[in-house]
Amino acid sequence: MNNKYLLNLIDITVSFEGFLALNKLNLNLKKGELRAVIGPNGAGKTTFLDVITGKVKPTKGEVIFKGKSLIGRKEHKIARLGVGRKFQSPRIFENLTVKENLEISVSTPKSPLNLLNKSIKDEQLDEIERLMKIVNLAQKVDSKAGSLSHGQKQWLEIAMLVGQKPDLMLVDEPVAGLTDEETDLTADLLKSLSGENTVVVIDHDMEFIRRLDSNVSVLNQGTVLCEGTMENIQKDQKVIDVYLGRPED
Amino acid sequence: MSLGKFKFDKRIVLSFWIILIALIIAAPTLLPVFRLNLLGRYLSLSIVALGVDLIWGYTGLLSLGQGIFFALGGYCAAMYLQITSSSEFPNNIPEFFALYGVEKLPFFWEPFKSPIFTFFAIWIIPALVAGLIGFLVFRNRIKGVYFSILTQASLLVFFNFFNGQQKLINGTNGLKTDVTQLFGQMVGSESMQRIFFWITATLVIASWFFAKWVVRGRFGNILIGIRDDEPRIRFTGYNPVIFKTIVFSIAGGLAGISGALYTVQSGIVSPQFMTVPFSIEMVIWVAVGGRGTLLGAILGAVFINYAKSLVSEALPASWMFIQGGLFILVVTALPEGVLGWIQGDGPRNLLQKLGLKRKIETYPSLEVNNKEVNNE
Repeated sequence: MNNKYLLNLIDITVSFEGFLALNKLNLNLKKGELRAVIGPNGAGKTTFLDVITGKVKPTKGEVIFKGKSLIGRKEHKIARLGVGRKFQSPRIFENLTVKENLEISVSTPKSPLNLLNKSIKDEQLDEIERLMKIVNLAQKVDSKAGSLSHGQKQWLEIAMLVGQKPDLMLVDEPVAGLTDEETDLTADLLKSLSGENTVVVIDHDMEFIRRLDSNVSVLNQGTVLCEGTMENIQKDQKVIDVYLGRPED
Repeated sequence: MSLGKFKFDKRIVLSFWIILIALIIAAPTLLPVFRLNLLGRYLSLSIVALGVDLIWGYTGLLSLGQGIFFALGGYCAAMYLQITSSSEFPNNIPEFFALYGVEKLPFFWEPFKSPIFTFFAIWIIPALVAGLIGFLVFRNRIKGVYFSILTQASLLVFFNFFNGQQKLINGTNGLKTDVTQLFGQMVGSESMQRIFFWITATLVIASWFFAKWVVRGRFGNILIGIRDDEPRIRFTGYNPVIFKTIVFSIAGGLAGISGALYTVQSGIVSPQFMTVPFSIEMVIWVAVGGRGTLLGAILGAVFINYAKSLVSEALPASWMFIQGGLFILVVTALPEGVLGWIQGDGPRNLLQKLGLKRKIETYPSLEVNNKEVNNE
């Protein structure tokens, strides 16, 4: 495949008992790109992530990541290839401490014997410390993750995602339920991650997407409606009809 | 606050160890042999309970089939004992074979002539069987209630198989060990039973340390992660199938050791070890003692079984009601089990509710903040 791209989705179709969640979706991502994906409810945004991460097997189509097909690979294999995912509602391990959560994400190799026999490497501990500083959780190292505020949980999950050192980060609604200030900080954080990493952000929040200042793909009814900068997208009649045209504050 | 709780935990653990070691040292002199033997049996049951805690308390796998591995360990030990004590019987094979007209030792008995093989077989065979069953089940992503049903169904399969094999393993009658010889001594004799008690007590402590080692670091955290959110563990790059297979296999091995110790102290192994209620009881010990605490599993197994024998002596037939009631009480009032309740500041909260103790601190975080402000 073309080396310019980190990820190619080619004619992806996902059918849930006749309902087409994705319909011949095509999308290409360059290395180091930051891409926002928006679309109304039911447009297939989360299914799109499920296909890349191996949770859902597409009925038709091909997913090429770093020149390799991801179709038929197990979730953990895809994760090890370098695809990281942050979920819509924060999914962290609430019964573990902040540090233990991050240990799970930065530990390599991820084999049981390594985890059982060896203690964590020093450079991984340094990495954890660095991550905790980035997301302002350094004070909370030994707190149970379940005791964190919603915003802190979101950030912990982003830190876990970064700790995995993925080549491709898939971020599903990172600012849902965050305050304006936290939203801004998150946008800056994601922007700073792109360049080195390739980041896909899915969200509804228009202000947030605008702040990301990135290319935007609009999904509708399981297919890419249009792609471009935020300004161009807002002028597109099709987009206005299905999405932006709705009364929204 | 958290520091206080930490100390509290330490105190419990320390006092538990002091009591336990004192008990083990004192037991053979204080208790009559009958009671000592009972205590030894219950201690051996606490090893299978530790395994249940590992797979259920930590990893969230509710197995209702631990009796399989428990019985396998017991059969391994009993086969060795039977075969080493069979020299005076016809054909030099265990006595029961004559009842069914078997003249040649079935092939799978052969390796059990070796004490070394038996020593390893007691825990490796159950661990391998558990690993195999586990791998097939986990690979197909069977979990939750379906996993429980499947383990129970496997238990029934094993139970019926062992029950029906008179010519191989004496079927429903099981294999007796109390009249067999070990190192020139009768296994059922007082001195041997005393030795078994010491061995059991040592192995309970060793198993506890082993289980603690398993859950101590990142491996244990992955197990908890699998229990709380398995897909998330997958998307982080771990293969839960391998982790679950390993821990299920460890629990199987522990069950085997437990079964072997129980067999030599109760004098017989039979398919009764694989009945459905017995495997469920193992889960109840852990639930009552406290899931995910390890110590709770040991305490639950020993105390519930001791209570069972005491109650059954005083009021025959009432035990099942008491056990059922205990389980309901724990599930509704103490979902974390007794030890989990104690560790979670349960007693302090209870005293407060009863008005016997003043609330000490309502907003610990505010206090801390004030202190910081004052310092500046």
